[in-house]
Formats: sequence, C-alpha cells, structure tokens
Amino acid sequence: MQNELNIMERIAEAAKSITTGVDATDIEHWVTIYIMGKGYQVPADLTILTAIEFAGYRFIRGCGCRQGFCGACTTIYRKKGEYRLQTAMACQSRVEDGMYLVQIPFVPAEKASYDVGKENFAASVFLKYYPEIAKCVSCNTCTKACPQDLQVMDYIQAAIRGDFEAVAEASFDCIQCGLCAMRCPAEIVQYHIAQLGRRMYGRYGSPIPEHLKKRLAEIEEGKFSKELDVITSASRKELEKLYAERVREAN
Amino acid sequence: MAEIKYFEGYPEYMRELISVVNNTREKRENYTPPAMSKEEREEVLKLHPDYAPGGKREIGVGQNKGELAPDPIADLLEAYPLIEEGEIDLSKVDYNPEILIIGGGLAGTTAAIWANDSGIDAEKILLVNKLRHGDANSIMAEGGTQAADRANDSLEKHFIDTIGGGHYANKPDVVRALVEDAPLLMQWLLELGAIFDREENGDFLEKWGGGTSIKRLHSCRDYTGLEEFRVIKDEFISRGIPSIEYYPAIELLTDGDNRVTGALLWNLETEEYKIVQAKATILATGGFGRLHIRGFPTTNHYGATCDGVVLAYRAGAKLRDVDTVQYHPTGAAYPIQIVGYLLTEKLRGSGAQPVNKDGEAFVFPLEPRDVEASAFSRECYVRDKGITTPSGLRGVWLDTPLIDIINGKGYIDKAFPGMKRMFDRFDIDMRKDPVLVFPTLHYQNGGVETDPWGKTNLEGLWVAGEVSGGVHGKNRLMGNSTLDTLVFGRRAAISTAEYVKSKESAGKLTLEHVKGYVNLLKEAGLKPERRAPILLPEYRGKAALARMIDVF
Repeated sequence: MQNELNIMERIAEAAKSITTGVDATDIEHWVTIYIMGKGYQVPADLTILTAIEFAGYRFIRGCGCRQGFCGACTTIYRKKGEYRLQTAMACQSRVEDGMYLVQIPFVPAEKASYDVGKENFAASVFLKYYPEIAKCVSCNTCTKACPQDLQVMDYIQAAIRGDFEAVAEASFDCIQCGLCAMRCPAEIVQYHIAQLGRRMYGRYGSPIPEHLKKRLAEIEEGKFSKELDVITSASRKELEKLYAERVREAN
Repeated sequence: MAEIKYFEGYPEYMRELISVVNNTREKRENYTPPAMSKEEREEVLKLHPDYAPGGKREIGVGQNKGELAPDPIADLLEAYPLIEEGEIDLSKVDYNPEILIIGGGLAGTTAAIWANDSGIDAEKILLVNKLRHGDANSIMAEGGTQAADRANDSLEKHFIDTIGGGHYANKPDVVRALVEDAPLLMQWLLELGAIFDREENGDFLEKWGGGTSIKRLHSCRDYTGLEEFRVIKDEFISRGIPSIEYYPAIELLTDGDNRVTGALLWNLETEEYKIVQAKATILATGGFGRLHIRGFPTTNHYGATCDGVVLAYRAGAKLRDVDTVQYHPTGAAYPIQIVGYLLTEKLRGSGAQPVNKDGEAFVFPLEPRDVEASAFSRECYVRDKGITTPSGLRGVWLDTPLIDIINGKGYIDKAFPGMKRMFDRFDIDMRKDPVLVFPTLHYQNGGVETDPWGKTNLEGLWVAGEVSGGVHGKNRLMGNSTLDTLVFGRRAAISTAEYVKSKESAGKLTLEHVKGYVNLLKEAGLKPERRAPILLPEYRGKAALARMIDVF
C-alpha cells in the first residue's frame, strides 16, 4: 500500500508544470518574448500559450482546447529583425527568442444559413451562398496564413470548379481558426466555404452504407429487443460470465 | 550543464534507446502479448490512481454525503457559492427560453437541434457557453464513435463490452439506450453531411477500440470529434438557434422546492450578471480534467473545471461514480511542450505497440483504459523499464512505425494527420521513430445521475454528455463518449420538449437552494475557504502571481 502511494507521489512530482510548479531558480534556459509589445523573460521550454501564462496573463479569449484542435489560440508573430509575419497556434508552437506576439480574439466572419438536404450538389451552391468566391485572385495568401499548412487556395479553386471531393479532401483538417479569412485581400471566408463543401460532399458524395441501413431496419423490427430485455435485467454474475465468454473478432 | 544535442527531435541518449526499439521491431511485428486474466487485471489496477491509496475523501454535505470523491472534487462540492441569496436581484429576467441548454459541446449542440426537431421554435431555445461555442472536449475526441452496425456485430455485444469495461457499475437501462440508438445517430450524422472513413465499397471503415470484442469504431481520420462537432454546429447556426458565448452559468435557479427554473449567468468579460428563466434546463457542461486530480496532466480543454456537477449538486441533484477518473494510457510524455496531450487509442487500434526500454512488447495493447494505463505505470515505476525524459518524466514507447508496416506505407499520413502534424511541429517523425507516452487525465466517468432520457432527480433538470453519471459506470470505453453526447443530447431534447409542452408556465426564480446548501456547509463545520464554480484553472506563473496587486 505504502509503495503504491509513494508511486503516485513520484508521478505527481515528475509531472509538475514549469509555469505553476517549478521554481525560477531551477530553470536553465530563458528567452525574451514581446506580448503585444511588452518584453518578458520566459523559460525556453514553453509553448507560446504557456509562456504568456508564465508572464502572468490569464486567458479568457485566445485559449481553448490547448492541443491544436480548436483554433482559439491563433497567433500572429514577427521575429526581431525579420520582415515576415508568421502564424501559429499558440498551444502547438515552441516559444522563440525575439517573438513579437499578438493573438486574434475573434474573427468577424458571416456564416451563411442553408439546409444541405435541399441544395443542389453543384458548383452553384458556393456562388449562391458565398458569391465573393468569384473574386479570388489566386494570390495564395490564405495558404501561407494557414497554421495547419492546408492548401487553402487550392480548395477554393476546387470549389469554383464544383469539385466537392477535392474541397473535402484538402480542407478536412481545418480547425476553423479563421486566419485565412482575416488575411484574404478578396474578403473570402474560406473556412466557411470549406464547411459547406464538406457537408455537401458528406451528404451527396457517399451514400449511407448498406450494412447501416440493414441494422436500422433490424432495430425497427425489434430484432434485438428480446435479447436486450434479458441482458438489461441480468445479474452481475450473469454479465460477468457473458463478458468472460466473449470471443474476440479475428484481426 | 552542457546543452543537450537533439537529433530529429530527440536528445542523443534517447536516440540510443530508440535504436533498441528499431532493432526489435521485426521480432515484435507478428507478436501480441496475451490479454490479461481477471486476476491479472485486478493486480495491476492497484497502481491505478483510483485504487491506489490516498487522494480521496468522503463528501461532507449534500445528497452523496459520506461517499468517496477525489480531493479536488470534494473541495469544490464543499466550497461556498460565488453569490449568496439576497445579493442579487432576480426579479428582472433577461432571457426566457422554453429550454435552456448550458454548454455548447457535442451534447448541448445536438440537444438544441433535436429540441428544434421536436417542435420547439428556434427562438425558444437558448444555448449558453462559458467560452466559445465548441470550446469543449468534444472536438478533441480523436479516435471515433462506437455503433454496432456491422453484420457480425450486435447491440448485445456492444452492451456487454460497455458494462464489463465499466466494472458492472453502469446503469443497465441507460447502457441499453446508448447501444440501441447508436446506429440511428450514425445515420443522422451522415444525413447532416459528416464525412466518415469508408471502405472501397462504401461500408464504414471500422477499427478496434480498447476493451471491445469487435471492430466497431467509426472515425474521421483522427479528427472525429472535430468533424462531428463542426457539422452539427454548422446546422445549429443555419437554423438560427440563439447562442451566447463567454457567459458561464454560475448557479442554477430553483423554485425553492426541487424544481430547476433557470440559471444565473455571468459575463466573463464585463462581469455583469444575467438571469435566465426557462421551463426546462439541459446541463451539458462536460467534465473536470483541469482539476489535475492526483497531479496528472490532462487531455481536457481549458474550461473542464467541473462547473456543472457543482451547480447541480447544490440544487439537490444526485451524483454517482464520481470516485473514478479515467486516465488515458497514451498521453504524450515527450517533448515537454506537449506533455499530457492525447495520442489517440486508434494508434494502438491500428497496430502501434507499447514497448519498454528493453524493446519488449510488455502488455496487450488494447486492454480497457484503466488496465492499460496501470500497466504503463507498473512498467515505469515498479519494473523500472521506462524511459526518463530530460525533464524527469517517465514513459514507455508507443511503436508507431509498426502502423505503416502493418497497414501499408502512407497509412499514417492518411489516417493520423493530426497526430503526425503535432509531432512534426517538434521535429519528430512518428512514421520512422516511436513516440513516448504516459497516462494522462482524460475523462470524468461519473457525474449527475441520469435515467435513459437524461432526466435527473430534480424536476426541470436534464443532463447529457460527460457531466452525467451512469452510462459508463466506473470506466468508459473508447468511442462511447462521442456516442454518449449524441444519444443523450438527442434523448434529453426529446424528453424536455415533451415536458415544456405540458407546462403552462415557468416556475419562480429563487436561490433558496443555495441558502440551504450554505447552511449545510456551516452545520458541517466547513469554513468558507474556497468558492466554486472555479470556471477556469489557475495557470499564471507563480512568480508573477506572487507580485500581483488587486487594484480594480
């Protein structure tokens, strides 16, 4: 017992975070970052997100899943001595010396309302809801801005052609941070267009699997009702037996 | 200390250890360690944070008084409210929807759409979010959703896998609802336009999940929760259902007689409060990962701070199974910037093997999560066969290159773009090198007790998703969390829609229950040291905090 308790304590000790758990005197490597212009010394091992917290900021906006899936911590930065503006997800990027950082708290972009069940599976759907798509000048600024490294301009061109599969494929990993739309000189809302394209493709591009239809019909007919009645009122002992007797499907 | 030299993302000494993994891969390729017996499972579970000594105490007040809960949960349940009765004016109502939904992840957003489909006008529904609509664990669900829809699968098999994995503590009637509705919700997602991985013939491409007896996992690459959520949110916005962001609920309102009648909201930015009066309330606030129970890092999103459980408990709701916490076996352990981040179970479902320092496959890769996680801890801290990182963490290897060997070259690029992208950002190529993993706090197994329709013991209050307790027992299976949000988001909506149609008017608004709860706290001798809900975790640097002056 004592041994297990001891192990729990050792795990907790090893997992202490640099921001809230480690003393500054124990940190070896430091860098200087500029949060909206103000300089701060922060440990070099942090992400942009945790470095901003280390400096004393409490996030309300600009922080969501903290693991690269939600697009809340969109960050624009320029490094000292460089002309280039770069983009990053603050939770997914190592902090670097001389970063000038600003986060985007909100993207003012309009999403169209539609019912995918009633739309035509044709290129015209994009023009109907997002006519500005025709203004794309193929400058590729959207692609350069994408922190997921998606080929944004390519999928916009695919949408113009009505190639739904290509839109879905190229935009699938989009986390909807909105940076593409913020940087686009033609004021296109790329990530909303991609969403419409994916839903249209999902709805019309691949039919409902036959095995799913069949299962739904079986449930409707009550094929499983009796066995579920039995199992729902089974004793623990009976359930344990059924669990132990399971046969694992071959790989 | 000399600077550490890095080669393709790893320091030199870890590179040497990786060569052991590389050299043993061929030998392990066709070998899988056998699954554990019941006795072996019981033995290794002694090392699970739920069963290891310490870390828990009895809840001091309320419906579940005397039952065990992890210390940080008990702390919140025994905390004082942010406001007390008499401190605010409840007479001026700001919003009066028929149905109030608190929490805009998969469960809450699904509920809003199904309430609308059940005959409630869009403008009679209100969705409130603590942060942005969609700031939820839902979008981070990587692996997939379970539904027994293949010909050789059955609802019964899904039931048995779920209840056995939950240590038979699950409520059977709620599990039945979960497995019986699963195929229907898959169809719903397809009709909304969600894109799932398919076989060449159009069938769902289904993968293994830990603790299941059959391949039943439906995925969208490794962005399953994101794909499901963004489709559902797109539909929600298209329907014009009202939603407000950065407005956490900081208390439920009741009629003083066990009926929930609305909620008190608080603008996170202006700090102004708002009053909602509703005939019915659906609580879908998610879990508690950000409480870092037993000091573990977490996979959870920023706002996972147990708010819903605290609010409902104060109003008199019953909890269950809050004594257990799910630790996901494969949290990232290296590099330090991503410690605790989720590496989907689908990696193991696709052939990645857990391997120790000596290059041995030491555990069946797809045990239920609590068993698998405990086996990793044993390897690192009892058998001393873990790998220690430069920051002092221990972990075991997850041999990801096996995935491409088993499934064909290019498989990782296609099936795991999210995982690959994350490691690429830190110069690690998971196609060539293994990655280091250790358990991370992942899921609140229990919560506010629900029936098969999401109903709680309080009139006017429903729950759906991670905040609820009963469906997963004491350990949730992979792929059952997104399924839970969809099934019970829908069911709670249908049930509330029926209820509000039968109710002439909303109930009166009081904080009587809060007054009563404060009295209980005082009677129990609990001092006002803490206040809850906490809304956000405290991550500000300790040096900066130590010098803060509170001026405004």
